[in-house]
Amino acid sequence: MTTTENPSTPAPEIGRDRRRKEDRRLITGRTRWVDNQALTGLLHLSVVRSPFAHANIKGIDTSAAKQVPGVVAVYSAADIGADQVQLPCAWPITKDMKSPQRPALAGSRVNFAGEGVAVVVARSAAIAKDAAELVEVDYEELEPVLDMEEALKDGATLVHPEIGTNANAQWVFDSGEAGSGGDVAEALKKAESDDDQIVVRRRFRQQRLVPVFMEPRSTVVDPNSEQLTMWSSTQVPHILKTMLALTLGLPEHKIRVIAPDVGGGFGGKIAVAPEEVLTLLVARKLGKPVKWTETRSESLLTAHHGRDQVQELAMSVTKDGQITGLDVKLIADMGAYLGLVGPGVPILGAFMFNAIYKIPAYRFDCTNVFTTKTLTDAYRGAGRPEATFGIERLMDEAALELGMEPLEFREKNWIKHEEFPYTTVSTLTYDTGNYEAATEQAKQMFDYDGLRREQQERRRRGDVKQLGIGISTFTEMCGLAPSRVLGSLDYGAGGWETASIRMQPTGKAEVVVGVSPHGQGHETAFSQIVADQLGVPFDDVEILHGDTQSSYKGLDTYGSRSLAVGGIAVVKAAEKVIEKAKPIAAHMLEASEGDLEFSGGKFTVKGTDKGVGIQDIALAVFAAHDYPEGIEPDIDAHATFDPENFSFPHGTHLCAVEVDTETGFVSLYKYVCVDDVGNVINPLIVEGQVHGGLAQGIAQALYEEAAYDDQGTLLSGTLVDYTLPTAADLISFDTANTTTASTTNPLGVKGVGEAGTIASTPAVVNSVLDAIRHLGVKDIDMPTTPYRVWTAIQSASGHAGRADEADVASPGAGLGSTASDISKGDTQGGHL
Amino acid sequence: MIPAQFDYVRPTTVEEAVQALRDGGDDAKLLAGGQSLLPVLRLRMADPSLIIDLGGIAELKGLREEGNEVVVGAMTSHHDVARDDTLRQHVALIQEATKTVADPQVRHRGTLGGALAHADPAGDLAAPALALDAQFVIAGPNGTRTVAAADFFEDYFTTAIGEGELLTEIRFPKFTGWGARYEKFNRVAQAWSIVAVAATVKVEGGTISEARIGLTNMAGTPVRARAVESALVGQSASEENVRKAAQAAAEGTSPTADADAGSDYREHLARVLTGRAVLAAAG
Ligand SMILES: Cc1cc2nc3c(=O)[nH]c(=O)nc-3n(C[C@H](O)[C@H](O)[C@H](O)COP(=O)(O)OP(=O)(O)OC[C@H]3O[C@@H](n4cnc5c(N)ncnc54)[C@H](O)[C@@H]3O)c2cc1C
Repeated sequence: MTTTENPSTPAPEIGRDRRRKEDRRLITGRTRWVDNQALTGLLHLSVVRSPFAHANIKGIDTSAAKQVPGVVAVYSAADIGADQVQLPCAWPITKDMKSPQRPALAGSRVNFAGEGVAVVVARSAAIAKDAAELVEVDYEELEPVLDMEEALKDGATLVHPEIGTNANAQWVFDSGEAGSGGDVAEALKKAESDDDQIVVRRRFRQQRLVPVFMEPRSTVVDPNSEQLTMWSSTQVPHILKTMLALTLGLPEHKIRVIAPDVGGGFGGKIAVAPEEVLTLLVARKLGKPVKWTETRSESLLTAHHGRDQVQELAMSVTKDGQITGLDVKLIADMGAYLGLVGPGVPILGAFMFNAIYKIPAYRFDCTNVFTTKTLTDAYRGAGRPEATFGIERLMDEAALELGMEPLEFREKNWIKHEEFPYTTVSTLTYDTGNYEAATEQAKQMFDYDGLRREQQERRRRGDVKQLGIGISTFTEMCGLAPSRVLGSLDYGAGGWETASIRMQPTGKAEVVVGVSPHGQGHETAFSQIVADQLGVPFDDVEILHGDTQSSYKGLDTYGSRSLAVGGIAVVKAAEKVIEKAKPIAAHMLEASEGDLEFSGGKFTVKGTDKGVGIQDIALAVFAAHDYPEGIEPDIDAHATFDPENFSFPHGTHLCAVEVDTETGFVSLYKYVCVDDVGNVINPLIVEGQVHGGLAQGIAQALYEEAAYDDQGTLLSGTLVDYTLPTAADLISFDTANTTTASTTNPLGVKGVGEAGTIASTPAVVNSVLDAIRHLGVKDIDMPTTPYRVWTAIQSASGHAGRADEADVASPGAGLGSTASDISKGDTQGGHL
Repeated sequence: MIPAQFDYVRPTTVEEAVQALRDGGDDAKLLAGGQSLLPVLRLRMADPSLIIDLGGIAELKGLREEGNEVVVGAMTSHHDVARDDTLRQHVALIQEATKTVADPQVRHRGTLGGALAHADPAGDLAAPALALDAQFVIAGPNGTRTVAAADFFEDYFTTAIGEGELLTEIRFPKFTGWGARYEKFNRVAQAWSIVAVAATVKVEGGTISEARIGLTNMAGTPVRARAVESALVGQSASEENVRKAAQAAAEGTSPTADADAGSDYREHLARVLTGRAVLAAAG
């Protein structure tokens, strides 16, 4: 017990730009990745994969492979029951959704290039790989199914003939039916016959992307410990554990999953991967520990992909700029099978197409399609980047047709700050936000008016390098998620999160969290939260995660949920610790509980200088020599937090690019974003998340695409072909924050992990088009490669007379569309 | 990414290397910086039974001046080529091109000889070597021979280096006082060239008196833009003159079409980039 004379409170941790605790071990390579696991007697697995997109397996000859010295076993699907497995899909979006069986290894038919057909187990990874080359598979090739729209037509080749269709499910939201707005068909019809309205129709393509995480996937299974132990480079150790139990019929208490330090995920490691199941099946069969680590090419080919949609959008709007209706029709490529949450990813977009705008009538209609390609699933933003791209591109197109300045058009339609909380046409209630403030700050930082002038200058001079300005005023829904909402969407789990605090005898705090970081810096940010809540030094807090033995309950990390859900569970656990400590403090201070107050890590008796610190109470309950009757000698606590709402970060992103009109090359010129992510725990981490997010979103706009040839072979199977940008391709971003605290959680925080990715893609594409629209270019598919940009300019100027009547206004020029050439009915996509 | 098994030797002289090539037969492969060979092995696009590592042969490394030439050992790294003062003064073009190769890690490992022997049509060093009339010294069972750049590059990934032979050095004539520019066009900073133009010009009293131009990735081998060269000679280095001359840049080329560029786009790029390269070299 101590009595303090100087009850000075330490400076708050929340808001400090602390360097990340975890970086020393990560950057110096002194951590343990899954692939570093070296267990005695460890065997190595290599997967034999189909080179064909669609083929019957007529036979597999493993005899030569088995002869290789050091090979322990070669299995085809039936040998280990891998063809009987049904890998889980946890999101049946409709009652009649079609789910083909997804085996761990293909039995009789392969449905995408890269699907596993056999495994080789050997004493070294090199031997396994050598022998895998010797496995002879006799394939009978089938027609690949590659084009989503063709796949939906009558008579199309079926990926899975047994389900009788290539359509997976159709999911519809209609504001008329939901009672949250009007009927969009009526709104469009009315607009079409109304001289005071126009209807803008566009078709956009979301290309296929690969979530390229730095650490390739890796799994080690030790079947011999009391609990079968799986180390895996996963974002979702808890979900994985439960799913393994359910999928394979194993008792859940006999499984332990460990996600050690994980080198990035971006959604790509939200999965129950076939290889995880295979490693487990083989380890159990042989009774030996087994490791599987993928190569980069395997990763690009078989780890799930993201995005891949065709969007048909229609917006009705009055000539003075008031949106009257929005109709969204999507088809989304699932690839060959359904991933863990794959079918739900495009559906998340249903709530985000209306974005920050007040839209009186809205309909969203998405059809998911099977093709013979790698399956798609969550990728940073999952559903919201697609929606944000669609609406923010459409806002520019509508402004153009109306002849309005695109920022003014947005402002005319967005929710004003005094209108919060605001329930949208898609039924979400946005708690807080201030779009005016973020936009105003962004405009100033960007020198919006100055750049518009520069753009005009360059245009007048006919410069080779034209300037374009692109806008994206976005919001998103994250912090997945209120469990009841997930239930209403037929999602297979809740959205709560847990945290436990274990107070050590020496006063240190071990905090066990259910979220599973893989690069975000949770250890640092959560330590800051605990330090403030308990009033203990930052360095006295340790965050434990990713091992289901210590962190026995959680729903892991995705959907920008870790802080807004997991962080709040930490707060709740800390509150419980204090609650439990209070009677003990009262006992120690010989005071009544009602006279105590807790602040700066200490209980003090009001109006006196008597007090006792939480760390001393931890020691007192450890000794337990003297504590009140009727309570347990323990101040540890566990809490589960189920959010009442999503979190809605928002922001204004402004991008300027230079387009070299001779070569089509696009260079970033200036990028400003002002994001409102609520209260900030650690500004450095927030900035890092925004920077990385921007890089990924910009990459979708300019660089990345997972393309297939007409046989269904992935063309971007190495990082030479899948062009990831590096720091050398990007510019220094100007980032800032406005703050409207969230009112749905006690920290007032919102998510930040996906914001940069969601917001940036349309800002960049809008800027590219803004730079060359005066040359007659209407649209360019992503990524806007130099070749596509050049071709678009060529074909625009190739149209008779087009080069001369080329003063089609940029939306930014404020001139309006002088041209009838952007006709209402034009739904053409890009030029390639 | 694990290569198939191979034996490995590390000779210390050119003679030993030639002997190792003879012993290994056509299943032997020379290893320089490994920046092209290792990816090929790891993707299992090749599985030689013997790797002969040239990294232990001191005589293949480094640069020296010999009269009117600068001689670069085949095993000199891109990094060293890019930093060398003698080259900067006398053969700036090869240096400018080398600076654009990949990233610092690759430039520390990759070698001039390896890049030229590999003869990837998108590689950045062949076009400058051609434009500069470099001489290639090749050692083999029958001693050494010298091949001119114009005869060295035969086709995609194919050079005049015969079976049992290795490239030992590259001899560049001095182009002291010439301006040089390597104009590289690629999608991201560390990617290979879609098209690139190597230009070096001598400007006297505002007039171009000599010009050398090599094109990267406009055919299976590097191509000299001779029509542009002759059109430039005697012209003042004005933007108008240079751009006009550059219109001939795609003559005699046969570029491929791929996802990054159609052949018409490559031809167009060759013209635009030639104009830019010459203007920069002359400026
Ligand atoms: C990520 C990446 C990006 C790259 N980007 C570029 C780029 O933008 N531009 C560019 O030009 N290059 C690029 N490269 C290739 C790089 O320049 C390589 O260094 C070069 O192509 C090969 O040189 P090396 O010394 O590594 O040769 P190696 O890879 O060791 O050998 C290449 C080939 O040449 C043969 N060989 C090597 N030395 C000799 C010799 N003395 N005699 C006969 N044969 C020999 C080998 O047997 C092998 O077939 C890139 C490489 C990587 C990995």
